Amino acid sequence: MSTMIEVRVFATLRQGRDKVTMLSPEGITCAGDILALMNIPREEVSILLINGFHQKPETPVKDGDIVALFPPVGGG
Amino acid sequence: MNPRYERNIPALSEAECEILQRKQVLVVGCGGLGGHLIDMLARIGVGALRVVDGDVFEPSNLNRQLLSEVPLLGVSKARAAAARVSRVNPEISAEAVDTFLTEKNARGLLLSCDVVLDGLDNIESRRILAEECQRAGIPYIYGAVNGWVAQAAISMPGDHLVQRLYPEGAVLKNKSVLSFTPALCASMQVALCVKLLTGRPVETGKLYYFDLLNQEFESIPMA
Repeated sequence: MSTMIEVRVFATLRQGRDKVTMLSPEGITCAGDILALMNIPREEVSILLINGFHQKPETPVKDGDIVALFPPVGGG
Repeated sequence: MNPRYERNIPALSEAECEILQRKQVLVVGCGGLGGHLIDMLARIGVGALRVVDGDVFEPSNLNRQLLSEVPLLGVSKARAAAARVSRVNPEISAEAVDTFLTEKNARGLLLSCDVVLDGLDNIESRRILAEECQRAGIPYIYGAVNGWVAQAAISMPGDHLVQRLYPEGAVLKNKSVLSFTPALCASMQVALCVKLLTGRPVETGKLYYFDLLNQEFESIPMA
């Protein structure tokens, strides 16, 4: 049975996007594929979590994974 | 017991208050985050503060920067911070360094400091400071804000946490910061700092993320 990949976006990444998006894993091999699919430039993602742990865009993702994306926060 | 610190007790022990008085902390940046950091460190009684900022106050600071006041527009932020410390707590020392952090001066600024607190407002300076803390083996208490969002973390020597937080060419969408966001972030940073300085158990390798717009608070493992 096929499940989905759940993508949660935070803060300003929600502008023009849903808080949670369910993606079919078809054609998705790594987290970077999700960024491309959701039209999120790499430099706009500071923290990329897969199942709660900070990972790189090259990290593989699979059915049932939860991916969370946070934008850079850098002011003071 | 010095009456100044009576209300620190028993949340802190008398012995812990004495430990704080023997510690030196570097605060880089005396703006939105830095103003709150410096004020809280002075009040709780950290014995020596070195406060660094090459900037002067301008009108756009007034919406959030605790130390900014209309009569201080055009005045050095670092000097204003040290003057504030001497008015709040003349029993501790505050050294003002009114220059910007650079790769060249970073090492000297860290000298004899137990902990470094991040009051910076840009990614490049954070990279420089975090790198130097890693080299010097000094804990770096990271904090950053944007709009309604704050995040804070302890970076210990060897974890390169700050370097891993920002991708190459990271883009900040805007420079907006609301008054309450740096206050919250600085509170978290100073609490972490006090725990580190007094030797209390403190979890490292985690990023604390606060979204005040959506009331979302996350504790993110960065290991």
